[in-house]
Amino acid sequence: MAKLVSPLTQAAINAEEFAKVEREKSYVEASFERGLLHHLGKALKDNKLALLCLIILCIIIFSSVFAFLSPYDPDAMDVMLKMAPPSAEHWFGTDELGRDSFTRALYGGRVSLTVGFAAMVVSVIIGTTVGSISGYVGGTVDAVLMRIVDIFQSVPSLLLIIVFFSFVPNNMMTLVVMLALFSWSGVARIVRAQTLTLKERDFVIAAKTLGVSHPMIILKHIIPNMTTQIIVAASLSVASAILDESALSFLGYGVALPKSSWGSMLQNAQQYILYDPLLALIPGAFILLTVLCLNILGDMLQHALDPKLHK
Amino acid sequence: MKKFVLKRFLQMALVWILVSMFAFAIIYFAPGDPLYMYMTPGATGHKLTEAELQAMRESLGLTGNVFQQYAAWAQKMMHGNWGISIQTKENVLSLILGKLPCTMGLMGASMVLSLIIAIPLGLIAGTHKNKLSDNIISALTYVGVSMPAFWLGIMLVIIFSMQLQWLPSSGMRSIGVNTTWDLVKHAIMPSIVLSMNNMAVFVRYIRSNTITQMEEEYVLTAVSKGISKKGIMYGQVLKNCMLPVITVVGSRFGTLVTGSFIVESVFNWPGLGTLAMSAINNRDYPVVMGITMFSCTILLLGNFLADILYGFADPRIKIGKE
Amino acid sequence: MSHLLEVKDLKVSYHSYAGEVQSVRGVNFTVDTGESVAIVGESGCGKSVTAKTIMGLIQTPPGEIKKGSQILFEGKNLLDMNEKEWQAYRGSDCAIVFQDALAALNPTLTIGRQITEKIMIHTDMNKEDAMKEAERLLTLVGIPNPAKRLKQYPHEFSGGMRQRAMIAIALACQPKLLIADEPTTALDVTIQADIIDLLKDLQKEFQMAVIMITHDLGIVADIATKIVVMYAGKVVETGSNYDVFYNPRHPYTQALLRAVPRLDVEEDQELESIEGTPPNMIAPPAGCAFCTRCKHCMKICQKMEPPTYEFEDGHTAQCWLYHEYAQK
Repeated sequence: MAKLVSPLTQAAINAEEFAKVEREKSYVEASFERGLLHHLGKALKDNKLALLCLIILCIIIFSSVFAFLSPYDPDAMDVMLKMAPPSAEHWFGTDELGRDSFTRALYGGRVSLTVGFAAMVVSVIIGTTVGSISGYVGGTVDAVLMRIVDIFQSVPSLLLIIVFFSFVPNNMMTLVVMLALFSWSGVARIVRAQTLTLKERDFVIAAKTLGVSHPMIILKHIIPNMTTQIIVAASLSVASAILDESALSFLGYGVALPKSSWGSMLQNAQQYILYDPLLALIPGAFILLTVLCLNILGDMLQHALDPKLHK
Repeated sequence: MKKFVLKRFLQMALVWILVSMFAFAIIYFAPGDPLYMYMTPGATGHKLTEAELQAMRESLGLTGNVFQQYAAWAQKMMHGNWGISIQTKENVLSLILGKLPCTMGLMGASMVLSLIIAIPLGLIAGTHKNKLSDNIISALTYVGVSMPAFWLGIMLVIIFSMQLQWLPSSGMRSIGVNTTWDLVKHAIMPSIVLSMNNMAVFVRYIRSNTITQMEEEYVLTAVSKGISKKGIMYGQVLKNCMLPVITVVGSRFGTLVTGSFIVESVFNWPGLGTLAMSAINNRDYPVVMGITMFSCTILLLGNFLADILYGFADPRIKIGKE
Repeated sequence: MSHLLEVKDLKVSYHSYAGEVQSVRGVNFTVDTGESVAIVGESGCGKSVTAKTIMGLIQTPPGEIKKGSQILFEGKNLLDMNEKEWQAYRGSDCAIVFQDALAALNPTLTIGRQITEKIMIHTDMNKEDAMKEAERLLTLVGIPNPAKRLKQYPHEFSGGMRQRAMIAIALACQPKLLIADEPTTALDVTIQADIIDLLKDLQKEFQMAVIMITHDLGIVADIATKIVVMYAGKVVETGSNYDVFYNPRHPYTQALLRAVPRLDVEEDQELESIEGTPPNMIAPPAGCAFCTRCKHCMKICQKMEPPTYEFEDGHTAQCWLYHEYAQK
């Protein structure tokens, strides 16, 4: 019979031990699957930077929402206190009309963030609709829609928006619509690519064979399965909308007065940089911080999703 | 390859036609009768009669429906008749061509600057993934893509013009000075500001491309041949990493055009951007139309040339698509 | 008795996001000069990692070759070598052919350049001589019109021709050991046979040792003189071609053989599949890794690692079934 060649010590156990082990309850180690939420949670936990960004972003958003708690009126002028340096009363000093810079930055944040998020929502809705239809239907529809996407991606958007606003009066609504009009194409590309892979998956094919209508398949089976990709696209989209809005406001074609965003505060501050550089520093720093956090968070989410990283 | 060039060309032509329609719309929907763009209002005090106006319309191709008008307009554009500026009464095309060298110079300088800095940084970050050098470079690129360019411009002016007084804060030349050094001094800050965003994008692209290329299986084959790490980097990976950068450079022309408008506005650089902003503010529609048309053409040509160049450089496209 | 290659207690892990993946958990086998050895196992069993470790292609990190592992090539432990020695060893002593030649060849360099660069590193030939040598190699692997082919890029080759070019690169500088990592998996069935025949001919002609890595037992029967069966990072059975095919000892090998269509058995015998999936290599089971899929599983199999038994000369298997107390 077989000759034992193994040097392993377990092989030398005697009959009693063998029998004892055989009497014990059997157990099989279960293999474990990890969900998406788990990955995201772990990514945030492992990545202190992403967590920090999330916290900073929340602080900026909350303080903008609750800006009315500030003891100052953003439009109240104080001629005695023009361009005051930072003090205990005025944390970031005051502007050329004696208005509290910190309070104004918070109110400016309201406008910038509102425009940024609203433009994102519109562009995500258009982008997701076009992208999922393009990817799902395919063929000529896909080709035509993708050419349109190409066109939107190859025009100087900022210039066209400014030209447009030389005809049409700019307010929050038109601004949001114009920003979204030139940013949905990126979302559409991502959604289309995801739809192409998802529509070959078994659960979609199963739904088709069950006779589920095409719009229902897109709504119930395809879009919910790429929520995270859409979130990534959305966070990057907010970032670029805030940047574009600030550039437009800086050029004088953003949010119309008397509302002011971080960008229009900068446009205003440019005249006074000789006397009060702080006026220009603050709104820009707010833009930088917000956009930076959004970009970093978006990238981290994308990495957490990358299957290569947790094979 | 021929097919590839043709396809890309047709794509470009299509976008170009759409852009021209947009530009035509500027003139078509501009408030007031387009005829006024060709007249000097109130210069002579002579009020044109309805008959004279009609004759003028016919001679300018402003009769008929929208499509006929568009066709007539397009024909005039082709012949270089881009209309006359309301503000200065100059020919729009010559006005644009006159400002072009300033803007192109700025765009060229910033493109070169961003590539010179981005290529080594991207390669260093890509080959030292997750090491200290990569972390520092990556952090800088995040700041680079997140910073509003005009704000950087203002900050640089505060530091280098106001505080240190090293560099002039605006314009292209000092009055009465006509040296190259003076021009360079004026151009330093605008070029840096204009190149920042593209630089960050290039670094990130080159970095991630280097990382992907290093993970490709052909690198393992090269290692298994006994080639040294350096040999693989320079002989195999570098070329494959840099090839697609050509298309990325092409795709950034849009940012470059709009970026130059913002930078010119911050530094008062006398280029197309400044011209465009003053034209828009003064409702000088022929100039607005001309600049829109012109910037889109630069951008489309940039994209097109980059794609063609890439097609020639990459053997997979050069031969594969016959 | 000295072997060309001796792998001793090789343990390789990968550190990933989810934890340490123990890809190879103590592998032992030998290869003699001119011998052709097949390593068989399903995907993820560690066979490719073993091959890459022999070539020194494991990146550390994320990979880690555990202390105590040894790979002796002509008596010298490869794992103690420095980078210079590795470079000299790779290509001239040992070469590898990958599964997907399209991915394994650099898309932007000509085939000629990809062959000559290897020749010029290991010999002092100049470019012209290297080109001539490359032309000879392409002829050798059966590529028609070699002079023209040298100037072409990988995407201009068909799948089979690409794999031949890959073999030509491997053959350059006459390595003593050729590792073929699933060389035919990506190819059509008819071309598969051509490539296997080519490898067999070349092996005979140059008296080269070949390690053939595959999941396809059909290929193995044709080319290998010795078979190593791997499962979940371990060798479960080794033996000569004849012994393993006609006298499989490990339940996994037996199951594998029942899953292969054969011409020499009665027509009505049905093919069987192996139920279940291989274990998670992040938390490999304490006992026999095959126990959850094994028909003859005993409770001890789940608790303790099985010992190794030798049956015929050089035919071994790791299984509790051959323990003297096991119920027959």
